[in-house]
Amino acid sequence: MLKYIIKRLILLIPILFLVTLISFSLLFIIPGDPAETILTGPGGGADPKAVEEFRIKMGLDKPIYIQYFTWLESILHGNLGYSYQSKRPVIDTILSRFHATLKLAIVSMIISLMISIPLGIISAIKQYSAIDNVSMAGALLGVSMPNFWQGLLLILLFAVTLGWLPVAGYGDHGDLEHMILPAITLGTSSAAITTRLMRSTMLETINQDYIQAARAKGLSERVVIGKHALKNALIPVVTMIGLNFAYLLDGSVVVETIFAWPGIGLLMVESIYLRDYPMIQGCILFVAIIFIFVNLMVDILYTYLDPRIRYETKE
Amino acid sequence: MKQRSDSRFISFVAQFKQNRAALAGATIVLLLVFVTLFAPQLSPHDPIKACLDERLTAPCMEYPFGTDQLGRCIFSRVLYGSRVSLSVGLIVVGIAATIGVVLGIISGYCGGVPDEIIMRLVDAMLAFPSLFLALAIAGILGAGFINVILAITVVEWTRYARVMRGSILSVKENYYVEAAKSLGASDFYIVTRHIVPNAITPIIVVATLGIATVILAAASLGFLGFGVQPPTPEWGMMLNDGRLFMRRAPWLMIFPGLAIMITILAFNLLGDGLRDAWDPRLRERRRER
Repeated sequence: MLKYIIKRLILLIPILFLVTLISFSLLFIIPGDPAETILTGPGGGADPKAVEEFRIKMGLDKPIYIQYFTWLESILHGNLGYSYQSKRPVIDTILSRFHATLKLAIVSMIISLMISIPLGIISAIKQYSAIDNVSMAGALLGVSMPNFWQGLLLILLFAVTLGWLPVAGYGDHGDLEHMILPAITLGTSSAAITTRLMRSTMLETINQDYIQAARAKGLSERVVIGKHALKNALIPVVTMIGLNFAYLLDGSVVVETIFAWPGIGLLMVESIYLRDYPMIQGCILFVAIIFIFVNLMVDILYTYLDPRIRYETKE
Repeated sequence: MKQRSDSRFISFVAQFKQNRAALAGATIVLLLVFVTLFAPQLSPHDPIKACLDERLTAPCMEYPFGTDQLGRCIFSRVLYGSRVSLSVGLIVVGIAATIGVVLGIISGYCGGVPDEIIMRLVDAMLAFPSLFLALAIAGILGAGFINVILAITVVEWTRYARVMRGSILSVKENYYVEAAKSLGASDFYIVTRHIVPNAITPIIVVATLGIATVILAAASLGFLGFGVQPPTPEWGMMLNDGRLFMRRAPWLMIFPGLAIMITILAFNLLGDGLRDAWDPRLRERRRER
């Protein structure tokens, strides 16, 4: 087990290196000169002296590879640079904003799993029944429905027409009433994916020999499904959590924008409007690293729950 | 050999014909292509011409989907909007699949160092939530048709590289490849004549489903304000415009959203149907990935 974890960690090094390189190379595609773009006011025109000072202060006058290694070194010290706008450390803003995203993601994840696990299991046990057909059709619709549209429709119904919930915002501390609509939007659309996954996993499990054996032994269907099948079919739930997390992070960009939820997705969109490049870079790198570590945890947990994998990777 | 591939094709068509959902998907896709090609003939009004007297008109005989805040006909705009979505979908998938297939072939056939480099790059790309990265690229480059295509292509090629590599690895093990090698065929000949034709099928399925993903990503970028430039009608952007008039004119955001959903649904149905018809085992393989 320890060997497996160490192996996985070593494999991460080149990936992390490439991830920083990709995040950094976003600077190359900035049209024109960043210093000039930032300092150009709404009326147009930037003071050349101020531009030069800004360039030196931000290290933009150095060769690109030096900029990269300086940047890489500061990242390793936990410093993602300073925002062009607020002049505060990027990492501080990102961490405080990520808190809101995480909160929303956890609630959405609970909604998603509460829908997808029971629905997937029932659909598999009663394959091709009415409930299976309805839930699979629902899942297909959910996958095809853009979450920004779903969010808007929810606002139209529950906030604008019925007036039950606030249209958008965070409240004082991300109150529950503000969280309901964005969490339902994210949770149901990710449930659409995981229900299908849960169903196919369960189907695969109940078609295995040991389930036949349990039935042949004369065990009741309840025990066969509830005790034997479920135990194995639930292992992939761990993977689903990882998958869901990726999906929720991605969805946060659009959903947070619609609901004015001050998370990292909205921060990203705002930073792009403000041309705050260190913040954009910081956000991208941060979500990638979070994502890598969530996947690592999922893999490790999975190996722990399903020891067969350990043997497969040994060769 | 010829006969065998024919019989496989016939069984594919037979399989596909039985799948009602897939047929529905295919029909909608054909319909969409028709709408895209004949948008000027089908539209009752100019999609760009503002008519301020007719602002925010509810759906009626004259304007089947109503009008927007500038008095433009939403029905015409939805029809024209299919042009942006479908062309972005096809172009991105075309480029991304080409890049991915070529890199996948190199990776799968050569193995060793090239394989290691390409696959680590794919892993690194996959570490980024795709919309985040596409948004960063499109946002930095600025709005515009070409930039949207670039941004989404950058995040999309990886899936094709992975699938192609996996497919090549399994085809490579066949005896006919070994036979060709023993006969002294060049690597290029083996790859182009024996391996690629037998390994390309999964790419067709992934590409069909990929069109749905790309259209969704493009609409998301449009919604966030990083899509094509106004006044070109684009569904995501129309939804964003409609947000502000939600209370007074909900039709502004109902019809473009419906258009996006139906389009994505059609490509999903078609892709699922193709996958099941080509090879029912693909479903399992895809899941394991």
